[in-house]
Order: sequence, then C-alpha cells, then structure tokens
Amino acid sequence: MMASSAPMPDHQLTTQDGVPLKTKLARAERMNKMKSLALVLPLALFLLLTFIVPIGSLLFRSVDNPEVVASLPHTIKAISSWDGKSLPPEPVYRAFAADLVKAHEDQTLGDLGKRLNMEVAGYRSLLGKTARALPFDPAPASYKDALVKLDERWGDPAYWQAIRRNSTNHTPFYLLAALDHRIDEVGEVAKATPDQAIYLDVFARTFWMSAIVTVICLLLAYPLAYLLANLPTRKSNLLMIMVLLPFWTSVLVRVAAWIVLLQSGGLINSALMALGITDHPLQLVFNRTGVYIAMVHILMPFMILPIYSVMKGISPTYLRAAVSLGSHPFGAFWKVYFPQTVAGVGAGGLLVFILSIGYYITPALLGSPNDQMVSYFVAFYTNTTINWGMATALGGLLLAATLVLYMVYSWLVGASRLRLG
Amino acid sequence: MSESSSEVLVRFRNVQKSYDGENLIVKDLNLDIRKGEFLTLLGPSGSGKTTSLMMLAGFETPTSGVIELAGRSINNVPPHKRNIGMVFQNYALFPHMTVAENLAFPLTVRGMTKTDIQDRVKRALAMVQLDKLAGRYPGQMSGGQQQRVALARALVFEPQLVLMDEPLGALDKQLREHMQMEIKHLHQRLGVTVVYVTHDQGEALTMSNRVAVFHQGEIQQIDAPATLYEHPRNTFVANFIGENNRLAGRLVSRDGERCVVQLERGEQVRALAVNVGEPGSPVSLSVRPERISLNGYSEHCDNRFSGRVQEFIYLGDHVRVRLEVCGKSDFYVKQPIAELDHKLSVGDVVPLGWQVEHVRALDPIEQAA
Repeated sequence: MMASSAPMPDHQLTTQDGVPLKTKLARAERMNKMKSLALVLPLALFLLLTFIVPIGSLLFRSVDNPEVVASLPHTIKAISSWDGKSLPPEPVYRAFAADLVKAHEDQTLGDLGKRLNMEVAGYRSLLGKTARALPFDPAPASYKDALVKLDERWGDPAYWQAIRRNSTNHTPFYLLAALDHRIDEVGEVAKATPDQAIYLDVFARTFWMSAIVTVICLLLAYPLAYLLANLPTRKSNLLMIMVLLPFWTSVLVRVAAWIVLLQSGGLINSALMALGITDHPLQLVFNRTGVYIAMVHILMPFMILPIYSVMKGISPTYLRAAVSLGSHPFGAFWKVYFPQTVAGVGAGGLLVFILSIGYYITPALLGSPNDQMVSYFVAFYTNTTINWGMATALGGLLLAATLVLYMVYSWLVGASRLRLG
Repeated sequence: MSESSSEVLVRFRNVQKSYDGENLIVKDLNLDIRKGEFLTLLGPSGSGKTTSLMMLAGFETPTSGVIELAGRSINNVPPHKRNIGMVFQNYALFPHMTVAENLAFPLTVRGMTKTDIQDRVKRALAMVQLDKLAGRYPGQMSGGQQQRVALARALVFEPQLVLMDEPLGALDKQLREHMQMEIKHLHQRLGVTVVYVTHDQGEALTMSNRVAVFHQGEIQQIDAPATLYEHPRNTFVANFIGENNRLAGRLVSRDGERCVVQLERGEQVRALAVNVGEPGSPVSLSVRPERISLNGYSEHCDNRFSGRVQEFIYLGDHVRVRLEVCGKSDFYVKQPIAELDHKLSVGDVVPLGWQVEHVRALDPIEQAA
C-alpha cells in the first residue's frame, strides 16, 4: 500500500481564488441540500396539512376541556379560594347563579351539562332545573340558601368539586378514564368504579388478539416466504401474484365473503359435515375464531412481503457452507439462515401487530360483542355518543402503544435493519 | 512428488451427470485424486468442473457412477457427514457471526469442548495472520481478509480434503496473486489435499501439482502444469493454456514421432506428431509465440519461413510482434526486449523459424463459432 497523497501542508487549503476550501465545500454542499429539500417540500407540506396537523389537533382533544371554563368563568374565579371540603362560600354561589343565567341565554348549557354529567351522574338535569328557576327575583339575601332550597344537591360538596376539578382548560379525565382511572372527590387518582372499568380489559384483549394474529401469520408466512424466495422466478412470480391477489379486493368484500363461507350453513361447514368430520355445524363466525381467520387472511401479505424481501437477499451458499462445515441441514437452517431473516420477521411482525391493534371492520362484522377491540370504542364514541375526548384518548393511547412497540423493536433489532419491502 | 502422494484419496469412476436427461454436463468422468496433492480443475464455464466439485462435496448427486473417498463410496453420504472443507466463491461467511464465531461453527457442530474450540480457533486465526480481527464481523473486513477467514474456516476442523470453488474470483489482480501464493504455501505446510476449481489458467499453473483441463464435460488432459503447457495433447488444451499460433494444414507423411504437414498455400512444416490421423487428414499445428525465432536467430531452425511485420505491441518486459506468415495475419511472436531488433519496422519482411520439437501437430481446429 503506497501513500499516494502528498504530505499535508500546515497552512489552510484554499481554492484558486483564495477562499478556504472548507468554506467552499460547505457552500457547494449546502446548495445540494437545499435542492433536495426543495424537492421534498411539496410532500412535506402535504403531510403536514393532511396528516400531522389533523392528528395533532385530534390528539389535543383528549386533554381539551373548554366547557366549564367557557360557561362558568366567574364561578371558577370564586371557587379557587375554596378549600374543597365543606360547602363553598357565598360568593361562589352568587357567581354561579350569574354564570348560569348567562349560559342559559347563550345556549351553552347543553355542552356544560353533558361534560359535568360525565363527572357526576344527574348533573345535566340538575343544571337544567336550576337554570329554569333563575334568575331569582327578587335577588335573595343568600344565594347559597336559595340554591340549596331549590335543590338540596347544591348542598353536596361533590357537585362543586366537579366544577372545581374542571376549572382549567386541560384535563386528564379522558386519558384516565381510558385507563379505567378517575380523579376522586379529594383530587387523588383512583381506580374507576367496576361498572365503568372496561377499557383495560379492552386494551388487553386488543393486544392479545393482535399477538395471536401476528403469531399465526408468522407461522404460516415464514415457510411460504421461503418457498417464494427459493422457487425459480417463473413459479415464484405466479405464487407472488396469488399472495398479492387479496390486495385487489376491498376488505369489506373479503369480510363479507368470510361470513358466507364460515356461517353454519356455509360452504366450509357443509363440506365438513359432508365429509363426516362433524355432525353439527361448527360455530366459525360471530366469535373469535371468525375474527382470527379473517384477520390472518387479510394481514398475511404484510408478513410475507418483508420476510420474502429479506430472504431474497440471502444467498443459498450460506446454507451450503454450513452443511459443508458439518452442520445438519436443520441445524444449519436454524443457526445460519434464520438469524439472517430476523430483521424481516421483526418488520413483518411489527407491521401486522400494529395494523391488528387498529382493526375495526373485521371484528365488528365477524366477532361477538366480546371480540371488539379498542377501535370499536373509538368508533362508538365518535359516531354514537359524539364524545371526542374519549375517542381521542383511546386513539392516542393506541398510537402511544405503537410508538413504544417501534422503539422496543429498534432497540432490539436496530431500526436500520428494518426491512419493509 | 513424495511416496505417500501416490496414494489415492478420491476416485471418480464412470461418473455422469445430467440435469435434464438430454445433455450430459459431465460425461464419464474417471479421475484419481492423490493424497496431499493440489489438483486444479480448469476449464471454461459450463465445462463441468464446478458440477464435478459439487458432486464431490455432496451438493449434487451423480446421475450414474461412483465417487469414492478413501476407498469408500460416498454416493449415499450426506454432505454434512463427508468431512470435506469447502471455500466458496463469495466466501459465504455468516454475516451475523464474528470471525471467531464463524471459525468456531464447524467445531461446535462437532460437539467439541469450549477450551478445545478456543484453542483451535486461535491457531487457525494465527495461521492466516488475522489474530487481531477475531471480534470483527465479516461485513467490516476487506475482501482479502474475508477470503483468509473463509480459508481458515474450511481448515479449522482439519479435514483431509479441501475444495475451493473459484475462491479468488472476486479479488483484484494484485491481491489475487498474493493469495495464490498464500494458499499454495498453506497447502505445502499442512499437507492437506486440495481440489481447486478455476477458469483462470494462470492461477492453475502457479498453484497446482496437477491440472485437469475440462471441456464439454470431459477431462481433455490431466498433467503437471509444465507438461500441460509444453506438451498439450490436443488443440483445445493448447489454445486454452497460454498463447498459441495455429496453422491449419494437411498431413503429408508420418515417421514415428515426427511428421510432415503441408499448409494451405503449399509450405511444408516438420512437426511432432501428437494427435494426428492418417496421411491426407486435416491437422492443426500449434507453436508457442515465445518459441519462434526472428532474423538471425532462426538460421538453425528446422522450419524456416518469412513473415511481414504488421504491428508491434509493447508490453514492457517484452514486445509482441504481429506478422503475416503463410497467409495468416494473426501470427504472434514474443520478443524479449533485449533481443528485439530496433531497426525492425512495420512492413518489413523478416526471416523466422522454429524447431521441430516446438511445433505440435494436433487435431484440426473445430469449425465452431
């Protein structure tokens, strides 16, 4: 090895016109960078406007808490000095009566009632009843006595605590509720009452079902990917088309087709009975079996493709080398081939798992009420009860779970080795 | 060659291989590989050399015939039980294992103890001078270093036979020549039997004890490198190994080892009768460019002609002179710089000649494309 470069001079290198070489180089590279940035700018803007901003603003709704602050501004000011244990002092009652009159006029009472009803059941009707009785004429000496007289619930600190808890623009209420927790009367985080504690179970079910789907996909996809990667090109192309075929049909159509196939009078059950394998129809649909079958079918290509692309890059000589070194072919496969496919397995697993935890249509159509996943409740809160707070809290937690998974994966395998296709 | 080298380690007996049932890739191969020798299978691609090697390694099965290793048929022995080391063209180092783990692999599968393994890996690394790189991954090493690791891995479990499938093909010229010597010295030091496949004749000549030249599924000639070069038995071998001037002609008469050949334009050449038929049949004459004398040097030659200089090709240590001789315009003469007559220029007609023992009458040139 010959040293081809001349010895470095001590002084700074400059170009012909005297500019330091480093400055010139930095300038030239900056130009290139600007050019490439300009190329991706339209896409970046598009993503910002159609993806990042909407998702960000939606996620913000899971902590957004405008109703009480907007409708009861004076009450909130007055209630801040309250100790929260006994009943609030007279100024709070007076401010509340005034705010309520204003809210009634502005027609914001509905939102306020809905929000406070989440905290204490029956709040909505209480507000309605009180607002109808206001304003007091003539003005009473003590608003406190007058309100308590109107409805004795105003003498219960719990109703005032609900207002005090919501005296800021942000609340952990929805996120805590999505994790089966709440802030109790004394302001501590506590477990939700058993009749409301359903979401942790739903999350556990979502992750469990997704894990099962991922494992089944992996077990079925790995040998198929190996076959695809090792068949002659013509045959593997044909097989690849068959793998991709489901992509050309809508998910809804495929789910509907599974209902037809799997129902008690369906093709599969009739075939099983005709063959004498079973004498009564198996329950294959509207339960978890149906959900698993359809989800595995739909998500299979997402497992096959990353594994296939990794396997395609592994030369068959590795296996030959291992065998020539004295390893049994199975041992060679396990010790030499499989470790090289881990990146693909990880990518496929991650992809399928992340897609699974967000699945909605398939469990909704093919599952029983006990097979519904988190997305079902997101849809329920968005479409049926119009509770954006709960919907986005559940969605946000799902997103957080995805990010955590990705970080765990990149820590285990290294994100640079992630191969998606 | 020493006494033990005559002992046969591998024997191919009437081995045939066909992939499609119509064409034979290997036609009736009979080959004895002696213990401790460095045998090279040389040939153009598709000549059956790699297939023969793969049959020996166990990755291909012979369509018919028997392969014996140390006197025992290995036709039904799976490749992982043959105990044959192998070096692959692209090294096939396991990318997810360090160098040390790669070397330990064949020892681990043989169930050796940890200390034994460490010991052997250390020795193997020292053998290829890579002691310091034990913890590296193959991806972090240069081609030459990877090649050395592959070599060490094929030798670490001390097989009696090592197969190498064009192991130097991916290296640049300088490194390739260096590795050739390294492999040769390693072979001499360890006394292991090596079967080496290459299409590079230079590689074959430098490294081997014997070279088997493959063509169209058959061994054309198997000999020591010098014999192969100086005494090719047919036109294919003469052309494939080294440079060669070919002259087509017809056999006039034959007298024992010698014969007379008449060229197309009537000139008569006296040559060695190596591979000729009856008088009257076509033959091909083969003369090496370095065996032809020009000008005064040709005075004492048995065959003397004249040629017109067409071109000088300067190569530093020698000059190749292209001449038109006997109607053939691509007749080359190799002239060492010291012997070159500097007054010679293009268009000159010069006398030239060669001795009878340096021109070989062989089978006629095939009229193939």
